[in-house]
Amino acid sequence: MTVTEQNPRVITLRGRKVVGGHATGEALVTSQTISGWGGISERDGSVIELHHELHGQSFAGKVLVFPGAKGSSGWSAYFHMCRLNGTAPAAMIFTRMTTKIALGAVVTRVPAITDLDGDPFELIETGDRVEVDAEAATVTITKAMT
Amino acid sequence: MRLTEDEKAMRDGANGPAVARSMDLLIRYGEALDAERLVETRNVAGAFNASTPSVRHLAEDGFDRVFSELNLDSDDTIEIPRMAVPTCQLITGIDMENSALQGADPALTEMQRQSEKYLGQRGVNMMCTCTPYQVGNVPVQGEHCAWMESSAVIYCNSVLGARTNVEGKESTGAAALTGRIPYWGLHLPENRHANRLIRVEAEVDDMADWGVLGYFTGFAVEENRPAFERLTHQPNLMKLKHFGAAAASSGGVEIYHMPGITPEAPTMEAAFGTSAKPEAICFGAAEKRRTWERLQNATDRKLDFVMLGCPHNSIEQMSLVAELLEGRRIHPDTALWVHTPRALRQIADRSGYTDVIRAAGGEVMSDTCPSISRRLPKGVRVIATDSAKQAHYLPAIAKVQGWFGSVRQCVDSAVAGEWLGVVR
Repeated sequence: MTVTEQNPRVITLRGRKVVGGHATGEALVTSQTISGWGGISERDGSVIELHHELHGQSFAGKVLVFPGAKGSSGWSAYFHMCRLNGTAPAAMIFTRMTTKIALGAVVTRVPAITDLDGDPFELIETGDRVEVDAEAATVTITKAMT
Repeated sequence: MRLTEDEKAMRDGANGPAVARSMDLLIRYGEALDAERLVETRNVAGAFNASTPSVRHLAEDGFDRVFSELNLDSDDTIEIPRMAVPTCQLITGIDMENSALQGADPALTEMQRQSEKYLGQRGVNMMCTCTPYQVGNVPVQGEHCAWMESSAVIYCNSVLGARTNVEGKESTGAAALTGRIPYWGLHLPENRHANRLIRVEAEVDDMADWGVLGYFTGFAVEENRPAFERLTHQPNLMKLKHFGAAAASSGGVEIYHMPGITPEAPTMEAAFGTSAKPEAICFGAAEKRRTWERLQNATDRKLDFVMLGCPHNSIEQMSLVAELLEGRRIHPDTALWVHTPRALRQIADRSGYTDVIRAAGGEVMSDTCPSISRRLPKGVRVIATDSAKQAHYLPAIAKVQGWFGSVRQCVDSAVAGEWLGVVR
């Protein structure tokens, strides 16, 4: 992890590429795992699981920061449909590797990174601007003004 | 990722474009996992059937388009050959014998009929159930599989001792055409040992208890691998089917061990392998009650719909439902659908169970379930189910209120037309 000296609002993390590519967007952060089938709507990219802390919020176009996947094996198919419907996240940053999240990230075809050298849930808040450069395996966070 | 000569040839097109595309996907997927290699499998269970409105626009371009996009992640339409290894279809969207009752669009029903013909011609066995292990796909201990359906995966690993991760639509498509899947996770024996311990201090006997213990377990261990101690009652297929489905819904449990019951854990020591037994998580009367309450997502007691059979009922459960309904009549304002695999429905029909359930005003359904089809009887606001999994998902998917209880509570409530269940 590095913090830019001139601008302490900028933090860079290094990790492992899961899916290549480059994207920048606003962060949407949850410390709770997400279900695909039965947990999200592929129509608008919103979380529909009843007791989820993101219930009703959409990840479309956002950099989704989350622990990973849970629930049904329809996970990849639902994120795949999000891609086809234009409601997929811009990038994925996650901490717990499973087959659901790996396959889901591959077929969503968005840059995805895991195994970061800093805790993304400590360092990234919803609304921060996040650049994911999966080829370089870096995540650059610009903290939102408070 | 390290590939064998055969796998490199498949990737480079020696077995045609569909196999090449499958291998390309398996390589991208394997690299995402950081897997070292692929492993051979001859047992694939996936979701291939075209049966939902979201697939219709793809199906208009032919079923090769559906398979290419949704099962191979391919932008190009590729001619799909016969599956390379034994492959079955899991649960699907429409009950082919009850589509009108489901309220399915006849055009969609016809699409599914054509899709099934296309898939059958390519060697996909149309089991059309979330429980392939109830109707003839019973892998043996140590067998490498590529299965979808979280409730089937946890059963396959834990109860049968076969080896599969939770696969998806795209990876099962690629596995069916290549006979390969990434050698990662639960395919490796060293990754299968328990790393959490649950001490059972409440009575866990009937099916509802097992569902509640499973639902508690998923929240308690998330995607970890629990072992259980102090179980007081021997479970059977239907109880472990319910237990596993619940644990895979509230968490991401893909394997568990019950010493003396499941095959990879003859003893508690064997369950944990070389690791020390961790501190136990307690499932006592308070946890049982709290979990039972957590499964209630309803306030109104007037009941519109009772759903039984998630995962699809065993023949023992069909017999029990018929016994509970014998000579009774369900409330005219309440619908009852009982779900079982089509192959078991034939036994239920022949045994007279279907007639008893129908005489009471219920229906026996196969091939699908309300959460998968997103179809319930018209105007349903409040549902009840004996399945922790269905109670977890259906209220979110169908935007209804949901009660959870034992099969007896569900049947009695269907007769009364109001929810009579009590938390226990």
